[in-house]
Amino acid sequence: MNLKKIGAVLALSALLAPAHAQTEIQWWHSMTGANNTGVNELAAKFNAMQKEYKVVPVFKGSYPESMTAAIAAFRAGNPPHILQVFEVGTATMMAAKGAIVPVAKVMADAKEPFDPKSYLPTVTGYYSDSKGNLLSYPFNSSTVVFYVNKDAFKKAGLDAEKAPRTWKEFAAAAEKLKASGQECVYTTGWPAWMHIENFSAWHNVPIGTKQNGMAGTDTEFTINSPLHVRHVAMLGEMAKKGLFTYSGRRNEAEARFASGECAMLTSSTGAQGTFGRTAKFAWSVNFIPYHDDVKGAPQNSVIGGASLWVMAKKPAADYKGVAKFFSFLSQPDIQMFWHTSTGYVPITQAAYELTKKSGFYEKNPGHELAVKQLTNKPPTENSKGLRFGNYVQGREVIEEEMEAVFAGRKDAKSALNDAVRRGNDILRRFEAANK
Amino acid sequence: MEKRVVFRSAWLPYALVAPQIAVTIVFFFWPAVQAGWYSFQLQDAFGERTQFVGFANFAALLTDGNYLHSFRVTAVFSVLVAATAIAIALLLAAMADRVIRGALAYRTLLIWPYAVAPAVAGVLWLFLFAPSIGIVTFALRSIGVHWDWLLQGDQAMLLVVIAASWKQISYNFLFFLAGLQSIPRSLIEAAAIDGAGPGRRFWTIVFPLLSPTAFFLLVVNIVYAFFDTFGVIDATTQGGPAGATQILVYKVYYDGVKGADLGGSSAQSVILMLIVIALTVVQFRYVERKVQY
Repeated sequence: MNLKKIGAVLALSALLAPAHAQTEIQWWHSMTGANNTGVNELAAKFNAMQKEYKVVPVFKGSYPESMTAAIAAFRAGNPPHILQVFEVGTATMMAAKGAIVPVAKVMADAKEPFDPKSYLPTVTGYYSDSKGNLLSYPFNSSTVVFYVNKDAFKKAGLDAEKAPRTWKEFAAAAEKLKASGQECVYTTGWPAWMHIENFSAWHNVPIGTKQNGMAGTDTEFTINSPLHVRHVAMLGEMAKKGLFTYSGRRNEAEARFASGECAMLTSSTGAQGTFGRTAKFAWSVNFIPYHDDVKGAPQNSVIGGASLWVMAKKPAADYKGVAKFFSFLSQPDIQMFWHTSTGYVPITQAAYELTKKSGFYEKNPGHELAVKQLTNKPPTENSKGLRFGNYVQGREVIEEEMEAVFAGRKDAKSALNDAVRRGNDILRRFEAANK
Repeated sequence: MEKRVVFRSAWLPYALVAPQIAVTIVFFFWPAVQAGWYSFQLQDAFGERTQFVGFANFAALLTDGNYLHSFRVTAVFSVLVAATAIAIALLLAAMADRVIRGALAYRTLLIWPYAVAPAVAGVLWLFLFAPSIGIVTFALRSIGVHWDWLLQGDQAMLLVVIAASWKQISYNFLFFLAGLQSIPRSLIEAAAIDGAGPGRRFWTIVFPLLSPTAFFLLVVNIVYAFFDTFGVIDATTQGGPAGATQILVYKVYYDGVKGADLGGSSAQSVILMLIVIALTVVQFRYVERKVQY
């Protein structure tokens, strides 16, 4: 065969190919363990349902790793179609207007039916722009809850069925647990997420100006308010008295609760699956405590977890497949499958109702509690969510300053003042880079 | 007749060194120039908008108290790692040099840790010293030490210094042992006959003859502590608590890779590069004078 013929054959096959081959939709994610299995099952279900598109899930490492990989891929001109980004990366993704396609636009262009009102407001609010357009698809949303070791409570002479509701009750219970010989009384996963972000929403106080950054990048942190100072000071005091044991910035604390070392824990709803399998004691899931002298508390908690972003620079026809996949993910039974097998909250009202009807919550009250806490009250400007640029670094700064308080090296007021000053420097850099 | 090997061809010598030069250009000069270029820019994460900002990135760094703090952390860390790794390796090498039976087994075991990746070394020590489940933690607690490096900066520093030097000891050991074995036995025997004890023999004969090796290791260990230890830090403390173990190279990585702040991260790596160049120059100009080849 001469070169001309080969060329002709190649050109012909290129023309014919789209008619036969499925369009592949690349989906980069960071789900491990049971959640990874869930992701693969979702893709398999979608692929079995129709033949036009094929969703290919690819595990790309931890949240920051997959985001870095996608940024590099975008710079090289070959991003995935769908990228799972954790909540702290939201502002960075949002500002990258040329790199992403808003989910609302993807759905509208593909003429897929899409009603933002059918979703839980706390969830969609987090991922929408100031005009209410959904920018990314809220895939796996969790929140922080309060776990109690019921056996340890009994041993300390406390009512195991009544977990502390307020920080006052919490302190009293902590003293009793300590007196009963409990080595580690209380610990927390994700310290900034729990004690700054969710704390603020739960007490209806702002984390930053401009609606927690949702209304503009010229936002500034406000986490050195008297209430914040008081709360962090309280934690520092508890650390000094041996009532609070610090475990690190991620979910290291969960293992300490699961082993029975610590009697109380605040951490992600996503830990329930692990506790169900490994904890050799009775435990309960509860609302996070609040300060009862704060007006309006408790408000509602904010979500964590991740959402799915649609990346730009892909062939126009591919986006129809992405839209179809999102419609598929929104179906109540699919939502229920994901919710019940992972512990992430359902994102539509219909899915919540369906799970309720199935009787799942009677056996797993913790799963429902997360939904109730997120929807405790209609969200306010302070509890809708937060959006700070370069917040990966910003959260780090906050946690560094909190550690200084817990170690007794700084008082809460100067630590939070420093957190605000340093955090604002990061925000200004982000603002300048994204003008 | 000339005894040296001389290339008669005009191009052959260049062709022979070309691969080396190509590797150096691609993997060293090119990234270095890029880092230099990026350090004057402010860019968003996806590289859509790029502004030339002159020295703004550097100014922001040099006015940031935490960045200046990480200089001190780096200095303490590097000195501790280099000193610990060199001192212990020298001791072990001096001991291993005297072993007659099973020498090979000892040597192999002592060299072994060098084959361990930094991140793995970090994780190993992390497990030993973990605040709730570590064996060492347990032992320390039983003798009344409150071990909690998650909050105690000094303890966190101790942990990363141990993990980082443990790995480097093997490398140093290898060089010291080779150095020791190249010292003529006759010199030491002559000193012994003259009545010099083991300590005196070591300090007046062995150590001066080892000084070229020690100098080389000093340079290598400082560079190691500056650059190669970020895997150890990432696997254990991640710069915490409250920045107590945030060495310069870790901050470069964190801001650039995790924080997606390419300009700030590049500016830091330029500063880091200048420091290491300066340190190496100082070492060669002043420390090397004391070395006897």
